[in-house]
Amino acid sequence: MSITDTEVREIELKAYAIRKTVIEMLSEAGSGHTAGPLGMADIFAALYFHVLHHDPKNPKWAERDRLFLSNGHITPVRYAAMAHAGYFPLEECMTLRKFGSRLQGHPERTFLPGVETTSGPLGSGLSQASGYALAARMDGPPAGGFRIFCAMSDGEHEEGNTWEAAMFAGKYRLTNLTAIMDRNNIQIDGNTEDVMPLEPLADKYRAFNWHVIEIDGHNVAQFVEACDEAKSIKEKPTMILAHTTPGKGVHTIENDYRWHGTPPGKGPTDKIPADKQREVFLAELEEAQKSI
Amino acid sequence: MINADAKLAENIFDKPAQASSREGFGKGVVEAGKMDERIVVLTADLAESTQAHHFEKAFPERFVQVGVAEQNLATVAAGMANYGKIPFITSYATFSPGRNWEQIRTTIAINNVPVKVCGMHAGVSVGPDGATHQALEDIAMMRALPRFIVISPCDAEEGRKATLAAAKSGTPVYLRFGREKTSVMTTAETPFEIGKANIFWNPPSPGRAEVAIFATGPLVHNALLAARELEKEGLGAYVADIHTIKPLDADTIVRLAREAGAVVTVEEHQIIGGLGGAIAELLASVSPTPIEFIGVHDAFGQSGTAKELIEHYGMGVGAIVAAAKKAIERKKL
Repeated sequence: MSITDTEVREIELKAYAIRKTVIEMLSEAGSGHTAGPLGMADIFAALYFHVLHHDPKNPKWAERDRLFLSNGHITPVRYAAMAHAGYFPLEECMTLRKFGSRLQGHPERTFLPGVETTSGPLGSGLSQASGYALAARMDGPPAGGFRIFCAMSDGEHEEGNTWEAAMFAGKYRLTNLTAIMDRNNIQIDGNTEDVMPLEPLADKYRAFNWHVIEIDGHNVAQFVEACDEAKSIKEKPTMILAHTTPGKGVHTIENDYRWHGTPPGKGPTDKIPADKQREVFLAELEEAQKSI
Repeated sequence: MINADAKLAENIFDKPAQASSREGFGKGVVEAGKMDERIVVLTADLAESTQAHHFEKAFPERFVQVGVAEQNLATVAAGMANYGKIPFITSYATFSPGRNWEQIRTTIAINNVPVKVCGMHAGVSVGPDGATHQALEDIAMMRALPRFIVISPCDAEEGRKATLAAAKSGTPVYLRFGREKTSVMTTAETPFEIGKANIFWNPPSPGRAEVAIFATGPLVHNALLAARELEKEGLGAYVADIHTIKPLDADTIVRLAREAGAVVTVEEHQIIGGLGGAIAELLASVSPTPIEFIGVHDAFGQSGTAKELIEHYGMGVGAIVAAAKKAIERKKL
């Protein structure tokens, strides 16, 4: 799986379409997380439009690649990517967090086909993905011949459960498992290195017997190449440590941790009045998109 | 008098066979593993004391050692169950579901995957290890979780059957086991069905019970000894083995409570939130009845022998007899 420049450009455009949907769905919901979903839009676009073997019309296809989302709070980016990929109508995104919706505030497996597991409480996704990878390997190909991806946050590396899972995946040499860390350096209470220093993350994973690839999380080609490289590693699980910009694409909120858990319309008003946030964000995305 | 339909062992009062309920798990999970290739067993550095080592020996390729990491134990199992395996996770009940309760809630219960949480060393009868290792809150924690079935077997044989039934249930299940060897009351012929209470003891005159004793776990034996004492004093009793705490067998419990008009609950657990709490909730809503609660009254355990601790915390035969008489007295008020 390689990627052409044209394909990269198409995915980057998809990423902006996903970002706009994220802003619209969060504005409509009136609650939820903004910075993380914007920051991970390039990677989710690349996953759903290039990397994953999947079938939006058959979300239970046995041979599909499995994408676990450990930091469930960024689920708007996943929902938006799924909608754009054809899992469900785009309009359904506007039901996010509302009564009766399949798009729960934090993702639930039992509500929406294509969501591989329930998550939200941090630190438990990597171990679920690891258990899944081990179970699949027990059965072997073709039954277990797919790949397992696990998207995670950096902040959840403050959870003990994450490191228990890292140790476990290293022990069992889960080569069918590729984790993707959103290294955006923010969490609710501030910058990660102020709240609880996490570095050196790459060295830590290597010490836990993982293969580590560091990339620019907004460089689609780098991400696709890293996924390729992960497939070729036969003795270890792979961690793609993706350096991202929280809030990517909405210039005025990029790298501002105060936007971690706040939707447009309810965020800090020192730069943009609350009632203008939605339209300003959409305009900024439109402008940023021109640089593609 | 013993209920013949329960097909109990013949010598349950004289020289009952001794085995721990966890031994029943060890046997049952190997039997289940033979019948269903999807069954896997995980442990957190406690293979032998949870009896999971029997499965490890029989099916090494289906045994997973996660190390001392109970949160990982639950969540790795959730992932395996999500794939299609039927995982049994084994540790001490104080650690699993004690330490990893939130992971169980989110990744097993909300996620609705059929992981079987097996909590060993329940109750003060763990003995010398002391309070840190004596689970007295696990029933409360687990019966509060939607989708979970909660089973507390009374002996090794029932533990074996409960393990087999859990393997087939298709749901999340909590299984509670004890460390100590205790009296084996049931036999291979004793019925076992999830959610169906077993009446082990009937009043001598049918329909003339003075008290209904609802017991769970190995203390069912003490309840039977107490019922025998009561009968000698002319007080007819029922003893029902409430192996399934959730869902409760409401029909049987309400029927016996109405007939007797007085109830005693018996469990090696905090009286807050356990079997007694569950029965009180049931009876308060459909048939209010005087209830006396045998169990640990809002305290932690300590080191000692199982027998010393059972007596100290008021769960001995004498305490059950006294509670029954008190419940009967309260009927007159």
